Amino acid sequence: MIMRKISFILIICLFISLLTGCHGKKSSGVFEIPETFNENKQIELTFWAKNDTNVTQSRIYEKAATDFNKLYPNVKVNIRLYTDYGKIYNDVITNISTNTTPNVCITYPDHIATYLTGSDTVVKLDDLMKDPKYGLGGTELKFDGPAESEIVPSFLNECRIGEKYYALPFMRSTEALYINKTYVERMGYEIPDIVTWDFVWKVSEEATKKDADDNYLVNGQKTMIPFIYKSTDNMMITMLKQLNAGYSDDNGNILIFNDTTKEILKTVGEHAGSYAFSTFKISSYPGNFLNAGQCLFAIDSTAGASWMGSKAPLSDISEDKIVEFETVVRPIPQFDVNNPQMISQGPSVCIFNKQDPDVVLASWLFAQFLLTNETQIAYSQTEGYIPVTTKASESDEYLDYISRIGEDNSLYYDVKINAAKMLMENRENTFVTPVFNGSASLRDAAGQMIENTAKAVRRKQTVDDAFMTTLFDDMMSLYHLDQISTVGESTTKDLGPLPGQAKALIIVLILAWVGIIGFAVRDVILRKSKN
Amino acid sequence: MKKLIALLLALVMVMSVAACDKKENTPAVPATNNDKNEVTPEAPQVDFTKSEGVMTYAEYDAAKVDDPVTVETFVQDKQSWWDNKATIYTQDNEGAYFVYEMACSEEDYAKLVKGQKIRIKGFKADFQGEKEIADGTFEILDGNYIAPATDVTNILGTEDIVKYQNRFVEFKGMTVAPSTDADGNEVAFLYKWNGSGQDGDDLYFNVELNGNTYSFTVESYLRDKDSDVYKAVKNLKVGDKIDMTGYLYWYDTVNPHIISVSNVK
Repeated sequence: MIMRKISFILIICLFISLLTGCHGKKSSGVFEIPETFNENKQIELTFWAKNDTNVTQSRIYEKAATDFNKLYPNVKVNIRLYTDYGKIYNDVITNISTNTTPNVCITYPDHIATYLTGSDTVVKLDDLMKDPKYGLGGTELKFDGPAESEIVPSFLNECRIGEKYYALPFMRSTEALYINKTYVERMGYEIPDIVTWDFVWKVSEEATKKDADDNYLVNGQKTMIPFIYKSTDNMMITMLKQLNAGYSDDNGNILIFNDTTKEILKTVGEHAGSYAFSTFKISSYPGNFLNAGQCLFAIDSTAGASWMGSKAPLSDISEDKIVEFETVVRPIPQFDVNNPQMISQGPSVCIFNKQDPDVVLASWLFAQFLLTNETQIAYSQTEGYIPVTTKASESDEYLDYISRIGEDNSLYYDVKINAAKMLMENRENTFVTPVFNGSASLRDAAGQMIENTAKAVRRKQTVDDAFMTTLFDDMMSLYHLDQISTVGESTTKDLGPLPGQAKALIIVLILAWVGIIGFAVRDVILRKSKN
Repeated sequence: MKKLIALLLALVMVMSVAACDKKENTPAVPATNNDKNEVTPEAPQVDFTKSEGVMTYAEYDAAKVDDPVTVETFVQDKQSWWDNKATIYTQDNEGAYFVYEMACSEEDYAKLVKGQKIRIKGFKADFQGEKEIADGTFEILDGNYIAPATDVTNILGTEDIVKYQNRFVEFKGMTVAPSTDADGNEVAFLYKWNGSGQDGDDLYFNVELNGNTYSFTVESYLRDKDSDVYKAVKNLKVGDKIDMTGYLYWYDTVNPHIISVSNVK
């Protein structure tokens, strides 16, 4: 009899587990910090890293992985290198559906907002950061990582989505205006400390003048694109910000389709039409043209500073095409020189949730390890990045590096260090855009409007209000901007009444359970009455 | 009733087999050709006549950047498809057209088989010296042509090489020259042009002919790490004498995208 009862209970338990198992999509579950990190368990982590086609950066990642393995011999970090944030984003999206995301990943907060549409995909870091043992500056860490107070607050805040932290900043950069000073001065202009848009447009237009042999007057060559912007996403976003015009808000409302945007596009179209202005997507890397003496104003990331200038340590064009000139670095052009504004960008690092808490904890430890001084300083020196921790940026080693500007054309390359200094001096003038599920698409749309307008003008299309209306509609549709919801919305939004099929399923389940319990009770009563 | 059903099934099967056996109207010409330096339209079956409003290659070549262009051409290779955009190599009997990110559904991409004739409307573009058709749309036409490889070995290093841009070409008897990796070591190939990449990335290698050195590439979207050419290049050694075929891509200078490599016996 006892055996029968046990069997009956076991069957009921099995049913319950089966029924609960049917509910919802399989997820890794909410991560809970283990009491102690299990150092006897062999763990293999995958780290998707982004570099700027820069061997030194790849090596710094590899060294970090090796050094981490020395401290935690049970954790091996495998690195997959990318050179494009967009490719990482696409691959992560693809791998979320198959539950094969990496453990640690270089990313942009915009992208994380999209990853969060999966269930418990990206680990919230708030509790981890504050954990006394394994958190920032924790007692059980085997390395000298930064305390939370030693991470630049504005950079850390950029990793918040809603009320939670989903990433740690890894490096920060902004955009810089790289100018061929030699040519601009040859044209009779003096370069101000802060350059205005009007200045850039004016000089660029003048630089389109040619001689009778169809050579450009400024360089004597057949090719001259006076002004090239690498990231047109940033161009639109920054111009709107500088003009205090709408782009989006914290609630995920799309505000970009406004009159200021139209005015910006008309200006862009005007100068694209005269071939005074072009973009990376249309023409190629600004640095290539700058270094060949075929561009006066090149806007690219400070993280691309090693490619800028006739003595740049990195170059994408053959040596015989590089011409001699002096390069100066300025903040990107401004509408109001008294209130300069520039975008804050650069890689952050997030960790993906997995079923094994030790694996997640190992991922967190490695993410923190990337913030140690050794990695921070080494990586920042590869380009015009700045460290994200004051622990690194105020260290003697880093200050010595900055002070030795121009000592050579590799580690102390002046353009690169000037780019980093420019960002440090303007840290308070940087901004980021609101992050929400869909903000990455909005960013793409912002740039695409500039690309489309530039191409339309050159292809003899009329760029008027009708063009703008169509362009706005196309962007809205192409990037699904009318389907965007905020992170808060996606988790708390009222989804309305249950569909009929769901209601029917629930009723059937309830009836089945009533039947099971009814039979069980009846069985017990019958047996008792027999006894 | 059973007999009727059996009869119907048999009929359907016969029709299916017949449909599978359907031949193309225009047979493809051989894929390789040993004739030197000329694209030889040796396939009289292929109709290269242009429809009204369609450019000859000379007209396309003369078009300025941003001009609208319409060409009828034949797919030679597919480089990539992503986000409803296809990048392909095409060629007719007059010249080649690299088509960058043409609007294309995934379903239509499958129809772009080697040799397939298509009409493309787009705009002439120039990206670092590479002439291409941008923002294109296409339609499938009847017709099939596979371009023979043109031997341009002896044209390398001359001004004429640019005339063969984007064509299917071959190089014979070139010698693998050393590339320098980030540690200063001499190696036969690099992952990415400066050695900053890893397995799966583009392969770059140098080849030498008559004292001149050229940079060739295995473009990883065109031929990925599992392809024969990718594996073959990874096995190259400095000093190897090799034959290659590929597409005459351009990046600042000639930068062929290789699809086959074989050691000269």
